[in-house]
Amino acid sequence: MSAGVGVDLENLWIRFGDFVAVRDANVHIKGGDFFSFLGPSGCGKTTILRAVSGFLDPSEGQVLIGGNDMKGIGPNKRPTALIFQNLALFPLMKVWENITFSMEIKGASAKERRKRADELLDMIALPGQGDKLPSELSGGQRQRVAIARALCAEPDVLLLDEPLSALDLKLRQHMRTELREIQQRVGITFIYITHDQGEALTMSDNIAVMRAGVIDQIGDGKTIYNDPSTAFAASFVGENNVFRGTVKQVQGDKALIATNRSGDLLARISTANQGKMKAGDDAMMFIRPEAFALAPAGTQGDHFVTATVTNEEFEGNSFNIFMEGEGGKEMKVSLPNLGQSFDSHKGQPMTLQYDVQNAVALPAGDLATE
Amino acid sequence: MPRFLKEFFDRNGLGIGSLMLGLVLFWTIGLIILPQLSMLDFSFRPNLPPPEIGGPKDVYTMENYKYLVFGPEGGSQDYNAVDLKVFYRTLVAAIFVTIFNLILCYPIAYYLAQTKGNHIRIFALMLIIPYWINEILRAFALRIIFGETGVLNNLLVAAGIFDTPFDFVRNDIALYAGLGYAYILLMIFPIYNVIESLDRNQIEAARDMGASWPMIHRRVVIPYAKPGISSGCTMVFMLSAGALAAPQILGGPSSLWFTQLIYQQFNDNSDWPQGAAYAVVLLVTCILLVLALMRVFKVNMGDIGK
Ligand SMILES: Nc1ncnc2c1ncn2[C@@H]1O[C@H](COP(=O)(O)OP(=O)(O)O)[C@@H](O)[C@H]1O
Ligand SMILES: [Mg+2]
Repeated sequence: MSAGVGVDLENLWIRFGDFVAVRDANVHIKGGDFFSFLGPSGCGKTTILRAVSGFLDPSEGQVLIGGNDMKGIGPNKRPTALIFQNLALFPLMKVWENITFSMEIKGASAKERRKRADELLDMIALPGQGDKLPSELSGGQRQRVAIARALCAEPDVLLLDEPLSALDLKLRQHMRTELREIQQRVGITFIYITHDQGEALTMSDNIAVMRAGVIDQIGDGKTIYNDPSTAFAASFVGENNVFRGTVKQVQGDKALIATNRSGDLLARISTANQGKMKAGDDAMMFIRPEAFALAPAGTQGDHFVTATVTNEEFEGNSFNIFMEGEGGKEMKVSLPNLGQSFDSHKGQPMTLQYDVQNAVALPAGDLATE
Repeated sequence: MPRFLKEFFDRNGLGIGSLMLGLVLFWTIGLIILPQLSMLDFSFRPNLPPPEIGGPKDVYTMENYKYLVFGPEGGSQDYNAVDLKVFYRTLVAAIFVTIFNLILCYPIAYYLAQTKGNHIRIFALMLIIPYWINEILRAFALRIIFGETGVLNNLLVAAGIFDTPFDFVRNDIALYAGLGYAYILLMIFPIYNVIESLDRNQIEAARDMGASWPMIHRRVVIPYAKPGISSGCTMVFMLSAGALAAPQILGGPSSLWFTQLIYQQFNDNSDWPQGAAYAVVLLVTCILLVLALMRVFKVNMGDIGK
């Protein structure tokens, strides 16, 4: 079964004058994938999308769609449809005209177009709204019209540039599910751009984590979250606690790290860095808030951390405990609510343990700044 | 007091408010409406020597208007063919100049509005600076270019495109060029203003869906630019139809502009009532024509102000 049209970026460089916006990107997106580019604002995500849709020529390297080199093929000739960050609906056209603009270009009759518009309006749950102007719809409805307009062109690849960023939180979460459903129904490749790791994790089959024009890691959500390959990916995706130090000893696939303030701690070396870390290297170790468990007070060892509790938050199903961390930053620990209380711990030291499999050792690198 | 007036005074205070209101009223009533009304009044009166003004012969009459249509009483022709023809030709030519101007200016305005960078400022400046030179000088400069021994003819003959110089003036090409050039800015800027506010992503979205450039302009840019296009066209048409200097200087010897007839009535014939009647006819016809076209192209009055 052929599952749609894939997209490949081969050694892709994009420069604006001296500024390198995309540096040697190599990405292989399978047909029918929901693929996300995840990275902070300004890291080059839109630039990549514009190169795929054909609005921008790569300075070097290739964009292949369905295995065909797209060099010299304009945006109007590519099997892609782009949903813009600001949607770019045509304000003077009615909703149904907006949706079927791609058919109008091909010369379809008004009757045909009307029929197709009604089908698509049903699909996006806006039946009977075709005669309105975009300005008469709510933000979420406009969002769906933009999706319908892009799908009407029957693209092989749908490109979405932070399409949910203008919506409020509730709607955004609802639209995540809806987008994912639409993608599974139409079965085409979605390339999705976002700076919101929650969006990327919930919707995507695969994610590329980007930092300042460079792709740090590509993998499915679980891999990116559990097995980051750079310090940036570890700190950008989800919450993470960082421990800085140097590698004291490599033990198979694990490293013992002499941390700056918590003694020697053991962590699993991330898959991408196996065999690349050696004693004496600057290293960082990451442990997620939920990977900690309470340990008997004062226990010492290579998977125990003791620190002073500065604050606590009760979240219903869990407690967030904030402890003295590194460099003025707090360490966050989430403990499930099992009926216990931590009230008396404020200002007191607390000892925690973790499973070495859940601690990731990485070469020292830039962290994401929030 | 109507609400908008009350708000106006609340915002500006009574003193400043009255002063501003007074100036605006003086401007519209004193300097525009009253003189026009007196012209209208003139146009319905006979042309009398000063002693007889206010006398028994000074009565309202349609005579001046009849003259434009039927010519002098007891004249040899049934209609005033000469003046009517000039009138008609002036309107047609003004429409032609407007269309020509639109075709020329729309791409320029689009380019200026959709391109970023410093060279755009220089481009705009180059469009504006020639307007520091007064209208008459600009018209004579065009004569130098288009004249029988002018720059253009010299070039064309030297390049072997024409064997003998082409009479651009007699063929009214110089006139149309002059009129077109005179109001270029009035066409470019309203269109530029509107297109500048058009979201570039809309153009890219249309392109992404496969639209060709003509299609993008027809369905996305032009509908959006319509208010600017109509205000530009209105101004250029009104001013072309009412132009005097360019036709005077650049018109061929046999082609009169209707404004020149008006001028002759006022100046050469000292027949103010007749001149006023001609001017009123021109003004009213132009306004009606513009209103009719606005209806055809579904433009609102409010859009013109954009
Ligand atoms: N046309 C351009 N000319 C110069 N620099 C640009 C251009 N487009 C984008 N950039 C720069 O490239 C970088 C990446 O931009 P972009 O791809 O829009 O980031 P984002 O990840 O937020 O979508 C930014 O630093 C931006 O300033
Ligand atoms: Mg962007």
